[in-house]
Amino acid sequence: MTAKATSESTWQQDVIDAEGPVLVDFWAEWCGPCRMVGPILDEIQTENDGKITVLKLNVDENPNLAMEYQITSIPAMKVFNKGQVEKTIIGAKPKFALEKDLATYLG
Amino acid sequence: MRKLIIIGSGPAGYTAAIYAARGGLEPLLVASSVEAGGELMNTTEVENFPGFPEGIMGPELMTKMQEQAERFGTEVLYDDVTALDLGGEVKKVTLGSGASHEASAIIFATGSAPRKIGIEGEQRLSGHGVSYCATCDGFFFREQQIAVVGGGDSAMEEATFLTKFASKVYIIHRRDELRASKIMQERAFANEKIEFVWNSEIVDILGDDAVSGLVLRDTVDGSTRELPVTGVFVAIGNDPRTHLVHQQLDLTEHGTIWVDGRSSRTSVPGVFAAGDVLDPTYRQAVTAAGSGTVAALDVEHFLAELGDAGAPEEDVSPIDALPAV
Repeated sequence: MTAKATSESTWQQDVIDAEGPVLVDFWAEWCGPCRMVGPILDEIQTENDGKITVLKLNVDENPNLAMEYQITSIPAMKVFNKGQVEKTIIGAKPKFALEKDLATYLG
Repeated sequence: MRKLIIIGSGPAGYTAAIYAARGGLEPLLVASSVEAGGELMNTTEVENFPGFPEGIMGPELMTKMQEQAERFGTEVLYDDVTALDLGGEVKKVTLGSGASHEASAIIFATGSAPRKIGIEGEQRLSGHGVSYCATCDGFFFREQQIAVVGGGDSAMEEATFLTKFASKVYIIHRRDELRASKIMQERAFANEKIEFVWNSEIVDILGDDAVSGLVLRDTVDGSTRELPVTGVFVAIGNDPRTHLVHQQLDLTEHGTIWVDGRSSRTSVPGVFAAGDVLDPTYRQAVTAAGSGTVAALDVEHFLAELGDAGAPEEDVSPIDALPAV
């Protein structure tokens, strides 16, 4: 299973009320580094099904959430747990570096 | 074992790949997993690359270069080099995935990385208002007052681009004149949203969770003042990316890789360098591409002398080495 998309209309159930950790990738079409990190996040989702849910949020289509979470640089990846942000990763990173950042969730 | 591995996927790496692939060397190009395409991936319109009179978008230019390299048999890997063993006749390249590859020759074309200002608030607020990429992050500063630091072409380009979003863009520069080319300067001077802050350097970036302002010091009289901005884009130059080879290749006083004269030959036989990683001065897409050509031709000669080259000497004449039309 690759990473699915979320949006402002499904945010509450997808992210805030979700059971278990959810990694949200704030991204946009025009962002080169986002396009590089997208497939890596798909792989991380596929390889860690059941441990973490990876969702993608397009900031062009969902500007209110980008503003609410004070996104000023993308890609920005936030791990939500029980509705709260537990971890923020900013900028595209290689897979091994992301796995290291997410080790507590993937372990 | 491969004949050639190219590390880097900017204009130098891909041009080297085009020449080497046409020369029958079947190169493996390690492109990086997240920065493939290099610095031009973060630019908008490229107006000074010959052959594109209307200009071309940086990412599109890099896609075309990659297609051209692949057309002649370059294998592109989206992975990152984590270790290099260059000492012996067989060069060993270890990747982030854990895989390793061997080759008789290496072209090192890793380019450069944006230089940091080097003050405390910079690291802390990076991604929270401090940015090194206007095209990536400008979108988030709609109708806000922001600053660009620097006096070169990149600073002018970023400032001009950012006026699409921001209500006001200050350009902060240490001196009272710019390094930027005439046309880029004029464009910035003519833009009503841009205001120059001359003879000033940033000594602190203010804000707890997000940038709220800058502390500037006047480089002439030493006085300090605050400038309220919500974002600061750093464009003060680049440093060559040499960390993988610090202990293995000779460097110059500029920190770039030392090469023999106008060649691409480094201090280690079989290891060649190309592009911004050896160039402290020009650092253009076109000069990097030219440098990639030099490296590919040097590799062909090196392999021919080793006796295991795919291409005999007469196949590397300049005429034959021209890209197909």
